[in-house]
Amino acid sequence: MNKALSGALRGAFGAAAAGALLAASGAAFAADPIKIGVIAEAQAIAGASIPQAAQLAADEINAAGGVDGRKIEIIGYDNHSSSADSVRAFQRAVNEDKVNAVIASYISEVVLALEPWAARLKTPFVTPGAASNEISKSVHADYEKNKYTFHGYLTSAALALSVCDGAKDLLVDKLHMKTAVIMSEDAAWTKPLDIGYEECLPKIGLKVLDHIRFSPDTTDFTPIFNKIEGSKPDVIITGISHVGVQPTVQWKNQQVPVPMFGISSQATNETFAKDTNQAAEGVLYQGVSGPGVAVTPKSVPFAENFKKKFGNYPSYAGYTAYDEVYYLADAVKRAGSTDADKLVDALEKTDWEGTIGRVQFYGKDDPFTHSIKYGKGLITGLMLQWQDGKQIAVWPKEVAKAEIKFPSFIKLSN
Amino acid sequence: MRAFQILIDGFAISALYALGATGFTLIFGVSGVLNLSHGAIMVAAAVAAWAAASILGVGTYAGALIGVGVALLTAFATYFAVVKPIQDSRRIPNEEKEIFVLTGTLLWGIMIQELIAYFFTNNAKTVLPIVEGVVDILGVRTPSNEIFTAIVCCLVIGLLWLLVNRTRTGKAVLAASMNPRGVTLLGLELTNIYIVVWAIYGILAGIAGVLLGMFLGVSSYSVGPLTASAFSIVVLGGLGSVSGSLIAAFVVGYLETLTAYLVSPAYRTIPALLLLVFVMYIRPQGLLGRR
Repeated sequence: MNKALSGALRGAFGAAAAGALLAASGAAFAADPIKIGVIAEAQAIAGASIPQAAQLAADEINAAGGVDGRKIEIIGYDNHSSSADSVRAFQRAVNEDKVNAVIASYISEVVLALEPWAARLKTPFVTPGAASNEISKSVHADYEKNKYTFHGYLTSAALALSVCDGAKDLLVDKLHMKTAVIMSEDAAWTKPLDIGYEECLPKIGLKVLDHIRFSPDTTDFTPIFNKIEGSKPDVIITGISHVGVQPTVQWKNQQVPVPMFGISSQATNETFAKDTNQAAEGVLYQGVSGPGVAVTPKSVPFAENFKKKFGNYPSYAGYTAYDEVYYLADAVKRAGSTDADKLVDALEKTDWEGTIGRVQFYGKDDPFTHSIKYGKGLITGLMLQWQDGKQIAVWPKEVAKAEIKFPSFIKLSN
Repeated sequence: MRAFQILIDGFAISALYALGATGFTLIFGVSGVLNLSHGAIMVAAAVAAWAAASILGVGTYAGALIGVGVALLTAFATYFAVVKPIQDSRRIPNEEKEIFVLTGTLLWGIMIQELIAYFFTNNAKTVLPIVEGVVDILGVRTPSNEIFTAIVCCLVIGLLWLLVNRTRTGKAVLAASMNPRGVTLLGLELTNIYIVVWAIYGILAGIAGVLLGMFLGVSSYSVGPLTASAFSIVVLGGLGSVSGSLIAAFVVGYLETLTAYLVSPAYRTIPALLLLVFVMYIRPQGLLGRR
């Protein structure tokens, strides 16, 4: 066969093959894709899992045939932890990339900045990790305008309850602790959290001796730990997310003899052990799920698949972002459309068993409209502890894998 | 008890500030360069030390050495890729070169910062301390690492003093800071002196960065504040005056510690900045500035 002929034949085969491929993919996904914009803090420990988990969910849904033959397409935007960058990304996602819904951010300040844009651009918007009560309170205050925003993570008020529920069983009943100092970073999400702590800690029998709020820019925690130790509490109740590595390492290096218990977002990510050179040992933190914890039958397979694909277990916002893609897809299916208002109606009727529990949203008449419901049978959260370099569930007892234990420098007073 | 606590904590942080600012002021004194990528070089050293020890698993000592090595390389890169081309350029008028160097090093610092955030996330990293555990000093539970930090800082500053005042190379550096033209007339190549100064600077910034990583931890966010703190210490002490910077470092370090303990950790940096403004009003050349 001469060269020219062989080239022509190859060309013809190539074109036919390409045509066949196009036809095949056309058959599998007839209509336009469902586009979900994911705006997240790609460079932060807690935020990095958000786009990864969303993509994982989309890949699984697409592999199973998509939603009514429509493929899910994730379009990612890095917001560099900035509200201004997030607003620009939101506008671009809606106006240029024509997304049908947005999943964005674990930072309350960012989500509060995006909420009015979800209203103006009439685009359904779910946050996988911000906590401020104000997010869902705004939906309640002006429902018609703000109904596009959904709060896919626990509110600060619910987080405080979850921590107190855990503290009652683990610290008060088991270890007979009586006093606590609240230590939280100065940010939008900790204001309602601290109010929640102040309210529920005395109720479970922990007297609040002091309350320290510090700037998220703090690098030297020595004076803070010093002050805390001065009031001799049994436990430090934490509310930290923007900081995490530094207070944890300094707590260990200075051998502060008081355990830390509460919200510590950075501790939810597996890379925390390396970032702190294992200083995390003994740290107790609240989570919505965790490696090896079967909150639902979906939790463990998700965490394992995530680790297989990205090399580490997801942060808390990874679990919620994964669920969000699924229940957004489910809402599109039930609404039979990606029309924003129909999608909002369908999202309100969400009843989805995800990786963090059973997801339902509070209704129009609840003060936390469009926030996920907290409670037994729905989402309760859990307490985990860093033990021997691993994240181990210690509460509630249905999922607990071990008893709590502390490094030797911790002196339990009772 | 609290007084001892402030005395001990303040000393460690002040010594660290002094080490960080010394290199910064040396470069200015000798070559007139205000290196605004200073914080980025310190963070690069700490993150490299962390990565080498935690990801590559080379151990604490090797990690620390790698950190200092990375700072040295970054300092040379700053000089050869950013500062020297501007200084040698014929298209930039001489009187504008300072502002070009300021802008150039600032942008260079941001580039390093973004690269670190891209590859290692913007969350804080901490270098495993060389010495662990705590020691009781006058009733204050002090991490051994804090004492180690203070000792290393003082030793390194002492060595620098010996180098500058007792060796031939050091004397050439000192001469260049007093009169660059005079040095060239004596037959010494100014560029060689600059290279020596940048090497000293890289090592100082590297040690300071690694120690800071062990003591408090750093993230890519620390780049700006670290440059700013070195800058304000150097301005307070008198631009180009090494002893002025040392005094200023202790003034700032103790003022911050006092504020953090006695007022609130949230207002830590404010009094030092107010002092800086005040000194600028009554003594613009700084505490020990010549001019």
